[in-house]
Amino acid sequence: MGIDVIIFYFFAAVLVFAAGMVVTVRNPVFAALFLVLAFFTSAAIWMLLEAEFLALTLILVYVGAVMVLFLFVVMMLDINLAVLKEGFARYLPAGIVVALLLIAQLAVIVGPEQFGLDKIASPAMHGTEYSNTKELGRVLYTEYLYPFEIASAILLVAIIAAIALTLRKRRVRDLMPPEKQVAVQRKDRVRLVKMESEKKKA
Amino acid sequence: MVELLEQSLSWLPGNAVILTVIIVKILVIVLPLMGAVAYLTLAERKVIGYIQVRIGPNRVGPRGLLQPIADAVKLLMKETILPSNANRFLFLLGPVLALAPALAAWAVIPFDEGWVLADVNAGLLYILAMTSMGVYGVIIAGWASNSKYAFLGALRSAAQIVSYEIAMGFAIVGVLLAGGSLNIGEIVTAQQGSFIHWFWLPLLPLFFIYFISGVAETNRAPFDVAEGESEIVAGFHVEYSAMTFSVFFLAEYANMILVAMLAALMFLGGWLSPFEGIPGLETLFSWVPGIVWLLAKCAFFCFLYLWFRATFPRYRYDQIMRLGWKVFIPITIVWLMVVGGLVVAEAGPWFD
Repeated sequence: MGIDVIIFYFFAAVLVFAAGMVVTVRNPVFAALFLVLAFFTSAAIWMLLEAEFLALTLILVYVGAVMVLFLFVVMMLDINLAVLKEGFARYLPAGIVVALLLIAQLAVIVGPEQFGLDKIASPAMHGTEYSNTKELGRVLYTEYLYPFEIASAILLVAIIAAIALTLRKRRVRDLMPPEKQVAVQRKDRVRLVKMESEKKKA
Repeated sequence: MVELLEQSLSWLPGNAVILTVIIVKILVIVLPLMGAVAYLTLAERKVIGYIQVRIGPNRVGPRGLLQPIADAVKLLMKETILPSNANRFLFLLGPVLALAPALAAWAVIPFDEGWVLADVNAGLLYILAMTSMGVYGVIIAGWASNSKYAFLGALRSAAQIVSYEIAMGFAIVGVLLAGGSLNIGEIVTAQQGSFIHWFWLPLLPLFFIYFISGVAETNRAPFDVAEGESEIVAGFHVEYSAMTFSVFFLAEYANMILVAMLAALMFLGGWLSPFEGIPGLETLFSWVPGIVWLLAKCAFFCFLYLWFRATFPRYRYDQIMRLGWKVFIPITIVWLMVVGGLVVAEAGPWFD
């Protein structure tokens, strides 16, 4: 058993544990932090697959930005856990049925019949000179140029739409426009007054 | 050196030799770094002291040179106070999560040609990923303290770091466009020639934006609203004492030196001599090892941090956000196109 196998099983175990904790832990802040751990460990597994660009972007984008904002929101919410847990027993049977259905569907689709090693060979390992970043860039900007551009255009539209939907013009804006602030000179603010020194009364 | 170490360890099994060599290399990087952090705090107090026409610490040791050691001993001996309603586990995890990424990022920093712990292809990306993790230390510390001031500091810091990371990322994209690689060693070799060939000139706006964003990322003055001692006492670390507090300090200063080092590597030619290509001076200074130039450039940026702190008043929060989103990000995007044009046109002397 090579060291990479040990590393894989270690990270896989941590990943499964963290993912399980995300849905079972009571405190939402802990759930978000376990999700961070899950992202981080899956990035490590991608790293083992020589997909270093994807692994590092996963950390950079999801751990470094998305989850920060997520935590931001979760920490500010004052969630009443008692209300959330109400009727847990009542909904449990329905929940179990839905969960079992989901597991069955997953097993049918991603089971060994479709994704066994005889169907899809394990990816070939490359040398240390292989740059996954370069390969990914080459494929994205040649073979998949149009899908890539279309996807980015759609994302851009979504960003603009999200901003437009949440934009609220404040009716009273007593803020000073920044250009006025920048243009302020010393003479607009300070006035030096010359005066005779007063004599102290005896 | 490395061969000698490997030979003396040859009685160990193969993997153990590799592991020992790596650990020794890590110690060779981390121990001087910790020393640098300690003396950067002294340098900060001295420099700001002289800027404000005072002497600064001068009691412990000759000219106050032992002050950092006295501070470290004092912080080690003090009691670590755990606030009664704080979340114990996260409260102690916060400082660790602040320090670990700050140290991990040093793995890919080259100190001279080939002097690097991990010479990986995606070095710059790795650094971006690691530095983006540092914010968790601040957020977790602020939340777990169960204190309003700490929480306000954590929220401010999170928003600020996420905003400035984008500008910083774009500035780094400019560097990788110019250098044609994500490997920091290759980026430095791409700047060979003379100090005109260094990337500070074609990437001048990105250079300024990178360093200013670096100041904001490390929560240093004038962007230190996360601490803001006049508004929210000390921000996220208000509840921390003794060693837990000093670990935050270590992380902050290690990050400062990291940003300074990266600025030197990416924009000022790293370990390349500034006299390269100048007849006479080049041979006169050819005996100086590259690491001396790198450390000198790094020290210059570290000095800039202290100079900023003594000079500028703290930014207002909305001004910080405006600067990051409405000034820096548009400038970087425009300049990325300019750099792309220069690279395609093979404009000399940088890209030919």
